[in-house]
Amino acid sequence: MSSITPQEIKQEFFKSKMGIAGIVILVILIVTSIIAIVAIPIETFQEWNNPGSWISNPKVAIPVWVNIFMIEKIPEHKILEKPMIQNISNGEITLTSHQFGVNFDYDEFPNDFIYEFSSEYSGSPLLQLSIIRPDGIKLDLLSTSLPYSNVKTIHSERIFSTDESIKKNLSLQSEKFEFLFERLSAEDIVFSKSQLNKPLKGDYIFSIDLYGINSESQIQESRLIIGGKAFGMMGTDELRRDLAIGLLWGTPLALFIGLVVSIASVIMGLLYGVYAGYKGKKTDEVMMRLNDVIYALPALPFLIILSVTISNSIFVMVGFLMIFGWVGIAKVSRSMSLQIKTRGYVDAANMMGQKDSKIILKHIVPQLLPYAFASIAISVPAAITTEAGLSFLGLGDPSFPTWGQILHDANTFGAAARGMWWWIMPPGVMIAITGLAFVFIGNALDAIVNPKLKR
Amino acid sequence: MRKYVATRVATMFGVLMITLLITISLVGSNMDTILKQGIVFQVRSEITENPAIAQSFSSVEDFEGFIQSQIDQRIQVLGLDEPWYSPQRIGVTMYKIMILDFGYATFLTSDEGSSDVKDILFEKLPRTVLLFTTATIIISIIGIFLGAFSSSKVGSGIDRITSSFAIISSSFPVWWIGMLMIFLFAFTYQIFPARATPDIPSSDPAYIGSLLYHMALPLITIVMIGFGSWAYLVRNFMVGIMQEDFIIAKKTIGVKQKRIIYTHALKNAAPPIVTILALSLSGSLGGAIITEAVFDWPGMGRLYFEAITVMDLPVIIGATYLLTVFFLVSIFIADLLYGYFDPRVRTGQ
Repeated sequence: MSSITPQEIKQEFFKSKMGIAGIVILVILIVTSIIAIVAIPIETFQEWNNPGSWISNPKVAIPVWVNIFMIEKIPEHKILEKPMIQNISNGEITLTSHQFGVNFDYDEFPNDFIYEFSSEYSGSPLLQLSIIRPDGIKLDLLSTSLPYSNVKTIHSERIFSTDESIKKNLSLQSEKFEFLFERLSAEDIVFSKSQLNKPLKGDYIFSIDLYGINSESQIQESRLIIGGKAFGMMGTDELRRDLAIGLLWGTPLALFIGLVVSIASVIMGLLYGVYAGYKGKKTDEVMMRLNDVIYALPALPFLIILSVTISNSIFVMVGFLMIFGWVGIAKVSRSMSLQIKTRGYVDAANMMGQKDSKIILKHIVPQLLPYAFASIAISVPAAITTEAGLSFLGLGDPSFPTWGQILHDANTFGAAARGMWWWIMPPGVMIAITGLAFVFIGNALDAIVNPKLKR
Repeated sequence: MRKYVATRVATMFGVLMITLLITISLVGSNMDTILKQGIVFQVRSEITENPAIAQSFSSVEDFEGFIQSQIDQRIQVLGLDEPWYSPQRIGVTMYKIMILDFGYATFLTSDEGSSDVKDILFEKLPRTVLLFTTATIIISIIGIFLGAFSSSKVGSGIDRITSSFAIISSSFPVWWIGMLMIFLFAFTYQIFPARATPDIPSSDPAYIGSLLYHMALPLITIVMIGFGSWAYLVRNFMVGIMQEDFIIAKKTIGVKQKRIIYTHALKNAAPPIVTILALSLSGSLGGAIITEAVFDWPGMGRLYFEAITVMDLPVIIGATYLLTVFFLVSIFIADLLYGYFDPRVRTGQ
């Protein structure tokens, strides 16, 4: 085991296809983590459990790319934020007009539409909401005056398609349609063909006009949401959260948990085992008994009790995972150091009066490094799956969206029963891919370190 | 050998005590609060049931004082006036647990409605053993034969498929595969039930059949994820043994390859295989918590999970104890088997 130099290991490693595959996956994961940390503002992930910040997303929306494979296109959720703005002033009356163009090209009606705005005005301006449809029909949806105020004020409001007055206005224009409106919701009428109640494809223009008399009135923020059933690359969950963000953020978290736990427990185990083996006799006996005790503790029940009673913070959890991680490595490195300490140069160093700590760190530990690297790689997946399992049971850190956490939510909201595969598949696949990367690397290293397995 | 067994037994017993001690110290303070609240509730309800007691007091202070003295009295009788970490109380608690007296559950009950923790545990335990032992046996049979077979054809297609399947399947969490299986075979194609709890009472004669039917999906999942790594392990042992001198000698004599593999080589690979079998049996019990929670299998694992969600401390302590005992017994058996098969272990080197 001592005859392999680092260069040889490197050479051998890059000869194995498995090792290269592992490294490639790992690099992709690291790049993903960097993208997640850089591209996604840290606030979005802190807001993960705040339903208020996800309000404009649709509920349980399917990923957008599914439409590529569908003949009947599912309406995409659209959030339009950049209207065409026109300001017309005609003596006493000023008109601010915001126009949103919507290309509706789907075979189902949208869920709803919501117009969000905030406007600055004095007096009581008139707000009109109307639609020009691809077939040229113009529908007036709403005309309402904003609450009166004699000083300058900022008013924000959300107009929902379920608004009663929109319904009333539509029923007044029912002569434009050849079917009955009974119980149809506003979006089913607005986006419908005029002959029969089927979605009409084409470009719609939503225009919002704000008339102010003798006063200045402005629309400051203006947002039109066409509620669809498809959203984003990964869809959304029951709480309207964008799963793509959760999955992206899960990557650095999983790598952090896996690497910190495995590196720390390998170092602990290595030093513990080597010290016990080198010292021998009573020290060895006592240390190995302690090792046996921890080895025999049932890990998962203990982790559960610890996270329930002490803390479920992710950092504390990492510590708990370390407690159970180092035991096996300590056993193996003890037996390895038993062999190494009989070698001549260790004896010589001992004879020269070198300190124990120096002998261990300079002469024994370096011999075990290849083995240590292999065990780090091999023990990463276990750490990741254990953490994911705890999170899955609902014992994880609620402030971090780990993959296990997403799966836990999926399970609580009955995603399997409701056929929401996009909520169940990706987190598990990510766990498995991350695990695979390290298993590949570990196995490739192991084959080099333990030549017996090579055949 | 005797000394070896004795030290093992001593270690195991020590581990059991340490586990208990840690568990008690983790949940002890919570347990005290819950017990004391229970006493207060008990006293108050007894007094409200009996209005004569309340009428015999002239002032409110007297009455409250009476209640308080009653509560204090009972707390003293039960020994709760001392903190949970006093040696006396820990001793009593540990003694009780060792003789399997876990007390009564706070919230959970057995199917028959008994809230004695012992009843609950011994009702759930056989089901967990049924599921996981069956799974482990199937896994080991498939694994041993697949492993032996692929070791006879190192580098062949089957060998490669087995090895890569082992590596890939080991990085999937079993419970996630479980979710997928439920998604696929319980909802998309409705072949198996989604919840593994049988819906007929356990006294019904059809219960066993129903239990087995409900067991199918978790069983398939566990076997699917498990057998790959078993086959890989067995294959590696066998490849090692096939290069030993005595096998090569057999080959030169002209004994058939098949005969060599399935009788001579497999026999020599037995000790580590048996050891790992014992270990993986106990290991599967630990993993049962999540798997049973996913499949809603009415065993120890789900009980444990339920107990934790409602903080039913007597059940938690009892289940931890039982799980630990099982774990230790199987480690012990594994150790003994290893020591029996491999004499080098016994001398302590």
